[in-house]
This record gives sequence, structure tokens and C-alpha cells, in this order.
Amino acid sequence: MKKVYAEVLDEMDLREKAICVPPAGCAVLAYDYIDIDMVEAPHGRGAAVATGIKRVRPENLVFSYQGDGDLAAIGTAETLHAANRGEQITIFFVNNAVYGMTGGQMAPTSLLGQKTTTSPAGRDPGREGYPIKVCEVLAQLGAPAYLERVAVNKPAAIRNTKKAIAKAFQYQLRKTGFSLVEILSPCPTNWKLNSVESCAWIDDVMSKVFPLGVIKETTC
Amino acid sequence: MKRLMSGNNAIGEAAVLAGCTCYFGYPITPQNELPEYMAKRLAAVPDGVFIQAESELAAINMVLGASVAGARAMTSSSSPGISLKQEGISFLAAQELPAVIVNMMRGGPGLGNISPAQSDYFQATRGGGHGDYKIIVLAPASVQELADTTALAFDLADMFRTPVMILGDGMLGQMMEPVTFPAKKKERHLAHADYVLTGAKGRPARLVKSLILDPKEAEDHNWKLYRKYQRIEQQEVRYETFMLDDAAMAVLAYGTAARIARGAIKRLREEGLKIGLIRPLTLWPFPNKIIQDTAKHLHDFFVFEMSTGQMVEDVKLALEGKARVHFYGRPGGVVPTPVELSRIISRHYYQSQKRKK
Repeated sequence: MKKVYAEVLDEMDLREKAICVPPAGCAVLAYDYIDIDMVEAPHGRGAAVATGIKRVRPENLVFSYQGDGDLAAIGTAETLHAANRGEQITIFFVNNAVYGMTGGQMAPTSLLGQKTTTSPAGRDPGREGYPIKVCEVLAQLGAPAYLERVAVNKPAAIRNTKKAIAKAFQYQLRKTGFSLVEILSPCPTNWKLNSVESCAWIDDVMSKVFPLGVIKETTC
Repeated sequence: MKRLMSGNNAIGEAAVLAGCTCYFGYPITPQNELPEYMAKRLAAVPDGVFIQAESELAAINMVLGASVAGARAMTSSSSPGISLKQEGISFLAAQELPAVIVNMMRGGPGLGNISPAQSDYFQATRGGGHGDYKIIVLAPASVQELADTTALAFDLADMFRTPVMILGDGMLGQMMEPVTFPAKKKERHLAHADYVLTGAKGRPARLVKSLILDPKEAEDHNWKLYRKYQRIEQQEVRYETFMLDDAAMAVLAYGTAARIARGAIKRLREEGLKIGLIRPLTLWPFPNKIIQDTAKHLHDFFVFEMSTGQMVEDVKLALEGKARVHFYGRPGGVVPTPVELSRIISRHYYQSQKRKK
């Protein structure tokens, strides 16, 4: 995923314009791989930090990179309200249906029946509620300009992801509004599957709950 | 020219004149006049940014973003809201980002009330959030001082790349007094701007972070912050004294409590009681030295706070048992009169005199 957006930055010649807000979680180490300006945000607050940066530097390309716990649990309010204000920022929302860095706890996007270290009997809607469909929730708001869900489980899907990222950046550069790309991403370690099985699980199970495609798009 | 203004509004005007272009906040009494002022005032400032955030958490993190993008940014709240901001303040301190935070304290704990109180002294002077850090805490006592302190807060924040808190209370925020502002808008002098994120154009990429997984490296970072705090302790202690020279008892109070104490001392002086005042203007760094020097001449210190007693602990630490420490507190939003306080001080004063004989 990091490689994908790094490639897009280079192809669109945006490296020197970009300011990235990595989150708490595995993705925080992005700065070890990608040579752009970055500032860490507290867990969940990526959209608020990105808002502050973008309002001061509207000429820069500002994006955050957040996981499902970060964005859809602890940072729900920040995400929803940044989207609702139509902040000219881009969010990459990596959805792997689990808290990865802390060791595989239940995420707000964990599927019904999914076994995690904190839902050992499987996610029960009567006890733990339903997986949150972030793009669909945000699509109810007036302001967001571009919301798309993609995946990175096979070459064709990765090419699609790249296109979606480029499109999201375009939306920001043209000051069209808030953009978010949700990326279904495998976490073989915490899913306790091998990498082939993980990629298949995205197709066979996960994308049935989180359908791929454009969820909302205004004219760019 | 003098203008009649409320404390909250005066902070707003002073902030804009100090070059603050970004304000982020969430409504809470008794400080709502400040965001309201900023909403109007920043609309008239080129590059002015005002956002009514969805929460105090969001507000402080917008401050973080604006600060790392190179703007002078501030937020304000009152006690319960300041608790929520502590996570962000810890990050600002760890990432060494300048910011100004205003706390117009109210009665607590919990929801408490909206009356003036001084119950957040510990939270403010001990860092407030998680981790080994301190923030500069300024304690003005009039509308004019609120204005002057606001300009100072932005300068100190820049100079030391650290969050600075202005610790007022509901009384200071709401009351109106004449105030003068500098005639000209101040140019910002950003001595250490190499942290500002602008996009890595023609320079290596910059990274502003606080995650340091290697404990030894994290230890170095902690000691680096500690050395900065030592420099602040050496350079930035501020206080004021009143009728202290011939005093037999020194009253210690800050902010609104110091104004009440001053009134009480004036009355007691008329009755011939030799009482003086030490008023800390910086609560951290705390004015230890003047307290220690004063203890060479007198042996009774009387601490008055609108709390059950928080600053009194710093006074005791400064004195290291070398003098008696008396205390009077009114928590929960009660603001006593100078007459009430003068009676209490007078009783302690005569008891001490008797003890000496």
C-alpha cells in the first residue's frame, strides 16, 4: 500500500508538495520508507491534524493514512467532521478488519462471526454490533467529494487502487473537497491465514460485506 | 488608547496582534467570548483560520497541525475541556511544537460549575498529560495582564518550541477592564523554523514525531526535553512582590486570588500588620528563589488559593521545612472577599506572633 501511494506521488510529481500524517499503528513507520514531510498524529486524530496543516498550507498536498481502529473507532468524530466540513484533504483508510499492531483485537470493521483475540467466540451483532461501512456512512454527508473502496489483494486490484489514489489526489489539487479511499488490505498474521488464503478471503468474504467501487463521487 | 474589554476578548485581540492566525476551539463556559471574538476577528485577517471543532480533542490536534505547518496557533477551553486536550498537549510537548492554550478555570471536579476556581494548578504545572514533560504556565491577574501575557505566551512558545498555557479563571475571563494593546502588529521571529513542514522541496524530508521505539534513544529525547526545561527554569521565572520588604508574614497567591490577597493586605497594613505578597506570574517555572530568599527574613508564609490547596505544595517544596506554611482555600467556585481573607490572615498572623514570644 505504501509502495502504491509512493508511486503515485512520483508519477504525479507531488513528492515535494506532499505532507503526510501517519497514524498510530503499523503504518506509522511509513517515514522509514517514503521520503516526504510527515508529522505523527495521536491515535485517531489524523483528520484533525491534517485539517490544521491544510488550512495553513492550502498549496500543499495533505493526506493521512489510517487504519480501521484509528479511523473508525477512536477517530470516528474527527473523520466524520473533517469530511462534513469538506476539508480539502485526502484520507487513505486501510481496512483489514482487525487491530494489527496491538495483536489482532476486534476492530469496528471486523466481520460478523470473525474471531479475534477480543471476540474469541466470533463477532456477535447482539454483543459487539455490526461492521461499520465507513464509505457508506460518509456518503450520507453533503460535503465529501470522492469516496471509493478498493483492495490490494491481487495485481488488477492494486492497479485499481493506484487509480483511485491518483483520483483522490486530483480531487484535492482541484480543491473539489474531501476525498477518502478505503483499501481492503490483508493481515495474514492476525487473520491466521497464509498470504494466498488472505487474498482469497478479501474476494470471497470481506468484499461481500464491503463492496468495492465508487461509493460517492461529485464532478471533479 | 484604552479600550474597555472582557478578559476573554482581550486575549483574542492580543493574540491576533501577536501574529496568531489560527484558532481552534469547542464551546465551554466561561470562555465562550474568546472563540466568538476569534470567529469574527480572524475573518478579517489574511490567512486567518477559525474552526469550531467537533471536540476539544479535535481542536488541540488542529492546533498541532497548524503549528507544524508554521502558523501561530491557539486554543482555549475551561477545566473539563482542558482535561480532554491533555493528549494533544503531551504530543505537542514531545514533538516540540509551539502552541498557546488558554484555560479559564471553573469549579470542579467532574462537571463542577461555571464559577471561577483554581483547581487545575496541579494539572497545569505537572505537564497534565502522560509522560515526562512540563509546559510553561502563566498566571495573569488583570485584563491588561491577560493581553500582555498572551503576547508573551506566543514568544515563549516559539523560543522554546513548547506548549504554553495561560491559566486564568472564569472571573478574569468575564470581567471588563480598560486595556491597551501594542500599536503595531508584531512580526514573528521564528528562531528554530527547521521543524516546519512545507513539503520537501529542495531539502531533505522532515519528520516530526514522538514514537521512539528504541528505549535508549527515547531516554536521550527525554533528557533533551529535561535540559530544555532546566533552561526555562533558569531564564523564565516571573513574579511580583508587594509590601514584602518589612513583612513578618508573606502571602502567596496567583491570579484572581492574588487580587483578593492584595486587597486583604492593604486593609491589614492599615491596621499595622506587617504582611507582604509574593505573586507568581509563572506557575511553572515556579519562583522558588524569591521564596527561599524571603525565608531568610521571615518564617511565616500564608498561601491562599481558590482550591483545597495545590500551589501550597510547591511553596513547601521551595521552603524545604525552613518556615511555617499556613493555608486558606475556597474550592468549588467560591470567591471570597478581601474582608473574609483579611480576617483569616490576621488570625494566623497573631498566632504566629504569639508563638514567637
